[in-house]
Amino acid sequence: MNRASFLKPKTLYTKFVFELLNKAKNIMLKFPIYLDNNATTPMDPRVLETMIPYFTEHFGNAASRNHPFGWEAEEAVDYAREQVAQLIGADPKEIIFTSGATEGDNLAIKGVYEMYASKGNHIITATTEHKAVLDTCKHVEKAGGEVTYLQVKDDGLIDLAELEAAIRPTTILIAIMYANNEIGVVQPMKEISTIAKKHGVLLFSDAVQAVGKIPVDVNKDGIDIMAFTAHKMYGPKGIGALYVRRKNPRVKVTAQMDGGGHERGMRSGTLNVPGIVGFGKACELARLEMAEDAARLSKLRDKLENALLQIEESYVNGNRDHRLPHVANISFKHVEGEGLLMGFNKNIALSSGSACTSASLEPSYVLKALGLGDDLAHSSLRFGLGRFTTEEQIDYTIEQISSTVLKLRDMSPLWEMYKEGIDLNSIEWAHH
Amino acid sequence: MAYSEKVIDHYSNPKNVGTLDKGSKSVGTGLVGAPECGDVMRLQIQVDDATGVITDAKFKTFGCGSAIASSSLATEWLKGKTVDQAMTIDNMDLVEELNLPPVKIHCSVLAEDAIKAAINDYRVKNGLEELVFEEKGVH
Repeated sequence: MNRASFLKPKTLYTKFVFELLNKAKNIMLKFPIYLDNNATTPMDPRVLETMIPYFTEHFGNAASRNHPFGWEAEEAVDYAREQVAQLIGADPKEIIFTSGATEGDNLAIKGVYEMYASKGNHIITATTEHKAVLDTCKHVEKAGGEVTYLQVKDDGLIDLAELEAAIRPTTILIAIMYANNEIGVVQPMKEISTIAKKHGVLLFSDAVQAVGKIPVDVNKDGIDIMAFTAHKMYGPKGIGALYVRRKNPRVKVTAQMDGGGHERGMRSGTLNVPGIVGFGKACELARLEMAEDAARLSKLRDKLENALLQIEESYVNGNRDHRLPHVANISFKHVEGEGLLMGFNKNIALSSGSACTSASLEPSYVLKALGLGDDLAHSSLRFGLGRFTTEEQIDYTIEQISSTVLKLRDMSPLWEMYKEGIDLNSIEWAHH
Repeated sequence: MAYSEKVIDHYSNPKNVGTLDKGSKSVGTGLVGAPECGDVMRLQIQVDDATGVITDAKFKTFGCGSAIASSSLATEWLKGKTVDQAMTIDNMDLVEELNLPPVKIHCSVLAEDAIKAAINDYRVKNGLEELVFEEKGVH
């Protein structure tokens, strides 16, 4: 037997085994893969388990003071309030339960605007905030308030000197998000609060994307009011919290809903006991598992990002050092985001900065605020990894996205022009 | 919003992706849309000078699945038609064939614009007068 014929079957066999292994790996993958954890997270089964008795057995109203049903509910809420407070280094008395972060944002901004009217009417925020903050600020402007919208630097961070320069004698609130929902960039909250304190201005932060994902401590960070929500951290939808500082300084917000005076008079309405119980459990799990989750996810995120950056003309949006560990936002030049998603959205759930479905055709305002041209903003994908993301899912995603980008570039007139060395800015486009 | 079967089919197996020699006198090229709007279509026709029949059509599109499908279908329809017949292709025919939802109608308008731009390019190259088309104004 000569050497070649001896080797051949073995090579074939190895190839066969390799293919089989690959197939097995893909069979183990359950579709669709969820990589849109910035939008919402799946609920952790351990959270659901804690909640169930509070729908049926322990259904009482936490405000019923004269029977065991009420007492049970109140006890459960008190315990959850401690779990929530502990996650962010707060006192349980400083936690106001809300329906979610949109309500929290509204209560904080409108509540401060009304409560501190005698002190001033000026609010400072940034252009990359969530719509729940920006639109609430617009509401305040209509009501007679003044709002400064800070531009961000091209990495998504705010300019601290600009922030300080924007402060006026009438400034009552600085509203800066902890971490951005589209690019994951984490703002320097400590430095921001130092400036706020120096000028005696309250600091509010929409921290939905950060709480439960990275260490957030309202005292170390110097935050006075903070909104967050359960469904971004493996808890149920429809329950959130507003942290309102009680000491140094004692902060008050005017209630935006009138009623029975629940939650220290700041938020009336019968408490969502099962939701609160689940939120508490989600906070406890996050506190115990955050470090491990973050370390694992940042490794997977980096693997994904580094592999996708191997694709020619692909760019990471936002600061890569000051960023949530599980988030990546990447633009693939000359490929439109929605078209790209269509290549694999049966199997992979992701978001794009393109907004081809909206009537305005305007791409992401956050990416535009970084100074990205509309074309690059249209070409972006947002990856939000989560507690249940596996390495096999990331490997599959890398493979799918890489091949779809290449396929669509073969179909893209812009890519062809780019390859021919045509300056796309020199073309007079028919803006429609 | 789920895509229609036909859009998915054209997206997965696009017909007539490619490039014709835009310098050729018998080729008409239409480039419409803008990168900032998230849609750019380039549609090209190869015309038999003797008969006026479109013998080949190619496209390249930067855009969403509906934009890709609209241009792919447009090239299919163009082949075999005379230039005069091609002018009668209406965007609403594309909408109907592909089941495009209202938010995607602009994709079909863009495809119609690309057809007309390609025809005009061909006409100008061959000493004919440029046709003025009515603005659809949907996008």
